[in-house]
Amino acid sequence: MATPKRSVLPGFGLTMGLTLLYLSLLVLVPLSALFLKTATLTWAEFWATVTAPRVLAACRLSFGAALVAALINGACGLLVAWVLVRYRFPGRGILDGIVDLPFALPTAVGGLALTTAYAPGGWIGRYLAPLGIEAAFTPLGVTIALTFTGLPFVVRTVQPVLQDLPPEVEEAAATLGASRWQTFVRVTLPTLLPAVLTGFTLAFARALGEYGSVVFISGNMPMKTEILPLLIMAKLEQFDYPGATALAVVMLTASFALLLAINLLQGHTSRRQREG
Amino acid sequence: MSIEVRDVVKRFGSFTALRGVSLAIPSGALVAFLGPSGSGKTTLLRIIAGLEAPDRGEVLFAGKNATDQRVQDRRVGFVFQHYALFRHMTVFENVAFGLRVRPRSERPPEAEIRRRVGELLKLVQLEGLGGRYPAQLSGGQRQRVALARALAIEPRVLLLDEPFGALDAKVRQELRRWLRRLHDELEITTVVVTHDQEEALEVADLVVVMNEGRIEQVGTPEEVYDRPVSPFVYHFLGSVNLFHGRLDRGVLRVGPLELAAPEHADAQDAPGTGYARPHDLVVERQPPEGTGLPAIVRNIHVVGPSVRLELWRRDTGEPVEAELSKDSFRELAIREGELVFVRPRNLRVFREAAPPSRAVTV
Repeated sequence: MATPKRSVLPGFGLTMGLTLLYLSLLVLVPLSALFLKTATLTWAEFWATVTAPRVLAACRLSFGAALVAALINGACGLLVAWVLVRYRFPGRGILDGIVDLPFALPTAVGGLALTTAYAPGGWIGRYLAPLGIEAAFTPLGVTIALTFTGLPFVVRTVQPVLQDLPPEVEEAAATLGASRWQTFVRVTLPTLLPAVLTGFTLAFARALGEYGSVVFISGNMPMKTEILPLLIMAKLEQFDYPGATALAVVMLTASFALLLAINLLQGHTSRRQREG
Repeated sequence: MSIEVRDVVKRFGSFTALRGVSLAIPSGALVAFLGPSGSGKTTLLRIIAGLEAPDRGEVLFAGKNATDQRVQDRRVGFVFQHYALFRHMTVFENVAFGLRVRPRSERPPEAEIRRRVGELLKLVQLEGLGGRYPAQLSGGQRQRVALARALAIEPRVLLLDEPFGALDAKVRQELRRWLRRLHDELEITTVVVTHDQEEALEVADLVVVMNEGRIEQVGTPEEVYDRPVSPFVYHFLGSVNLFHGRLDRGVLRVGPLELAAPEHADAQDAPGTGYARPHDLVVERQPPEGTGLPAIVRNIHVVGPSVRLELWRRDTGEPVEAELSKDSFRELAIREGELVFVRPRNLRVFREAAPPSRAVTV
């Protein structure tokens, strides 16, 4: 009989339909409205808005600080996950819980706490000031805030993969003569890389859109410490809706391109080691 | 390279994995550690490799104490049950790993590495698959990659932990025969851990039977199969029939049978058990008076060249298994449900420490 081949896995039509509806209602439709609103601008107006020096400076800061924060989280998150998975010590459960706090806390609270600590007279700021390091109200402060909010992502993506890593693989490397460092660099790290990349991507995406925790610590000085989401807010407050959406469109497009690129890279590294 | 283990004890928390094990493995031998799970065979292998440190005792390689030597310096080839391949590396890079991690001064040049890896892949019959990733190989192929990787460091001894355990029966049989040939070619001292008695008997020069953290018996496959030194070894290596009786001055009485047990000449009316393999039983229709135990034929299985009889002793109701050649089965011309008489042709008697709850006297 010439019936079309049907997949053994049931429910494709139903689940796919629901997925599309869900994504449409939550993501696609609202974001399309963004593009439509922007379309009320002419190309010249649009171009003038997005290439204003203040906008470009905010762009540089937002993408730069988010990237640096995600990189820091990539390295330190891996370290934290390593400590939590590989060693047994008193207070491990509490440490494990602390990792999730940036998720649970309203980001504004986090921002206030960070500002208090890093301001020139604060707990940490007072030790940084004599070294000539200003944390609060500088791009460094922005990076610190973004690192704070992105902390859980790398830890939580790497942890399960590290947990499932069979000890035999590292033992095999040792029997072949590899030192601990060689084993880590050549065997363990490459195995964890896809998970680290995923965590990095999530932390980066989160940092790009972060707003609440940054506004307190950055000081919001135009051209210096003003991030893109804040600039959009400023435009909205001045009832410049097309201008605000124009910036949003730029941010959206750039973020999407970056995330897509990282996802493709991530897929490439994980594809060949899916099993075995 | 010979391996010697002296009085090794290893505990994991409250569990004692090894209770004072001593063993000497001659250079160039292929040895099998055989035992049920939890018998300590894998722990002993890992201690020899240096992956575990013994709580007490010593490990010697070629007469030199290696107990405190690091794994990295022992130059042992270790093959894991689940291969433990580096999944982000190609087959080629997996095999080359042991050469690439050497200190710069000892590392062979790239061309030499290519040549050596090529040779090894040829040896394990995986030429042309060097560019694949482990995920793209079958189980048997992965195990051969693991073996080639272990051989790349030119190990002094080769240790394999249940190497064929995760493979299906046919591949397993092929691989162990191939391992035997490979061993004969390379002449490297090899230890294989297995819980499969057939595997141990087929592949090894020397079988070390282990149970509950101790070595029960060390011997050639014939010795451990034909002359087990303990009831455990009898049970673990193949099927066996038990004949419970009374042991008195070198004679075991089982029902009407009087069986010689000269090694127990000092016994005084003690409980004893005779152990006999199914092929060591004589089955007759009408034996001379008092020389056979009456039994009913319950089932007849023709398995290839031999015939297996399931019998029930008429006096005790205990099951007995006998194995006959096809010829003697034809001569007997028995059917299911008929009465026959059995007696052991070859039997080994062990005194019972504590008599089992079942009736001992017959």
